[in-house]
Amino acid sequence: MPGEVKVMRRPEEKGSYVRAALKGMGVTFRHMVNPRNVTQQYPDEKWELSPRMRGTHRMATHEDGRAKCVACGLCPTVCPVNCIKLIPAEDESGERYAAVYEIDEFRCIFCGFCQEVCPVEAIHLGVHYENSEYSRERWVYDLERLCAQDQPFTALWDPADPASE
Amino acid sequence: METLTGAHFLWMTIFKVVLFFTLLMLMVGGLVLFERKVAGFIQDRSGPNRVGPWGLLQTMADGIKFLLKEETYPDAALTVFYLLAPMLAMVPATILFAVIPFASPLPTGWGLVHMIVADVPVGFLYVLAIGSFGVYGVVMAGWSSGSKYAFLGGMRGSAQMISYEVGLALTLVPIVLLGGGVRIPDLISLQQGFSGQGPATLGVWLFLPLGVSFFLFFITGLAETKRIPFDLPEAESELIAGYHTEYSAMKFGMFFLGEYAHMLTTAALITVFFLGGWDIPFWHGDNIRVLADGTVIGDPTWWKTVLTFLSFTIKTSLVVTVFVWIRWTLPRFRYDQLMELGWKFVIVAATAYVFVVAGSVLVLDRLGIPFGLLYAAILTGVNVVLLGLLVLVIDRGRLARGAAYTVMRRLERASRRSGAGSATVGRS
Repeated sequence: MPGEVKVMRRPEEKGSYVRAALKGMGVTFRHMVNPRNVTQQYPDEKWELSPRMRGTHRMATHEDGRAKCVACGLCPTVCPVNCIKLIPAEDESGERYAAVYEIDEFRCIFCGFCQEVCPVEAIHLGVHYENSEYSRERWVYDLERLCAQDQPFTALWDPADPASE
Repeated sequence: METLTGAHFLWMTIFKVVLFFTLLMLMVGGLVLFERKVAGFIQDRSGPNRVGPWGLLQTMADGIKFLLKEETYPDAALTVFYLLAPMLAMVPATILFAVIPFASPLPTGWGLVHMIVADVPVGFLYVLAIGSFGVYGVVMAGWSSGSKYAFLGGMRGSAQMISYEVGLALTLVPIVLLGGGVRIPDLISLQQGFSGQGPATLGVWLFLPLGVSFFLFFITGLAETKRIPFDLPEAESELIAGYHTEYSAMKFGMFFLGEYAHMLTTAALITVFFLGGWDIPFWHGDNIRVLADGTVIGDPTWWKTVLTFLSFTIKTSLVVTVFVWIRWTLPRFRYDQLMELGWKFVIVAATAYVFVVAGSVLVLDRLGIPFGLLYAAILTGVNVVLLGLLVLVIDRGRLARGAAYTVMRRLERASRRSGAGSATVGRS
């Protein structure tokens, strides 16, 4: 069966390029004299971020500055992209702590599973997105850097509506 | 008052060359910013606004970038022509400005200074001749780059510019018919009223009595400056950047400057030919003219020079604004549309128009109507009728047709031949 090419009839006989062009210029003129400027002047003005926005990690700390992490190993286990590196250790009193705790923010997909799974509410995602570095190595945040972050913790769910209904 | 002679003339000319070249380059810089700002406004953006207040230093930043970027020389390039092309692109656009009068003559202690760099006797023939040089830059750049995109751009550019040059020259013939000469200062005098002193003049800006010429010159001017909707030599969506694809740094900068200088020049030419040049409308005080024998009609003073310069600048800026406005409104033509418009419309219409104007002039002279306002009014009437015909009758679906239209026509003809009534085509 032969294929059929459907040719659309356009009202070209009646059309005039000059008049159509003038009409178009009328439209652009209205915008030129009265621009509805929608540009956000980014570094000067910024978006208001949602409290549930998931961004750069932040480690919660005790009052004395120690990380709350107990090196249970749940977050590296649950992490779907393997971006958390954790080497646990024990101190003299037998308390576990993270000897090495690194998050590769380049690899992270900001799913928030680490924050959900953490039994001591140590690792959190933060409401923050402006990070840029001169080298890839700098994107691997170590424990010290994670503790030094100061953005607000992400509210992974709305406390008023925990089941997102 | 005597015009300048001897050493004074030489020094003054050098001074004018430097002054006007500087002015032109400054205006180009301003124009680049202006275009980007207008583009922003039309597209509901802000345009450049980070460098300096209101983005005023943006062009300077661009210039520094051009100078500091790496110069690249493609392996396949023919170096001599590759280096020559940017110069050939920029020089014609800038030296065209030499024959454009900026303001009324300025009286000084040494004599009357004409505010024009070179008052050449061949007048706008110089414009046509030098304007044609612009195509060499494009062709050379396209050919010598050794790149297929640049080559295609260069070929398109040469075809386009050569086609539209014919139309451009033809649209200026009616001016000769009315003005009886080609000297550019005479053309400005032609558009001013002198109440009977010296040879008769029309006293009306030529866009009224030569409306069709104005319209066609505008179109061909756009095509010659290679601006949208005629920017096929660059056509970034198909040819990357067309003929200057392989150029970097200041070599590209020269193409860029040349393009904007050409745009200013074309705007200035439209002003001079059709919008009265530096004439201030509805005021006879600025009507100053120097006859061939050196008699000065009118009363030149320095403040009139300043005012007329302002008038010239404002008019040129308005024309440039329309150029920019068109650029951000219309889409690019398809290549066949471009050629059809050039060869089947502009050249034909311009030729026919030469005959119409010549006929009108002949009839008006036979009727014994004096060269002046009434004469201009009758010609204006003729032009209004012609422009009405153009927009209402000739333009109906003929100037720029879509591909669908052409295909449709072919199919209709085919189906009529085969006797089938439907507009569908079988594909086995």
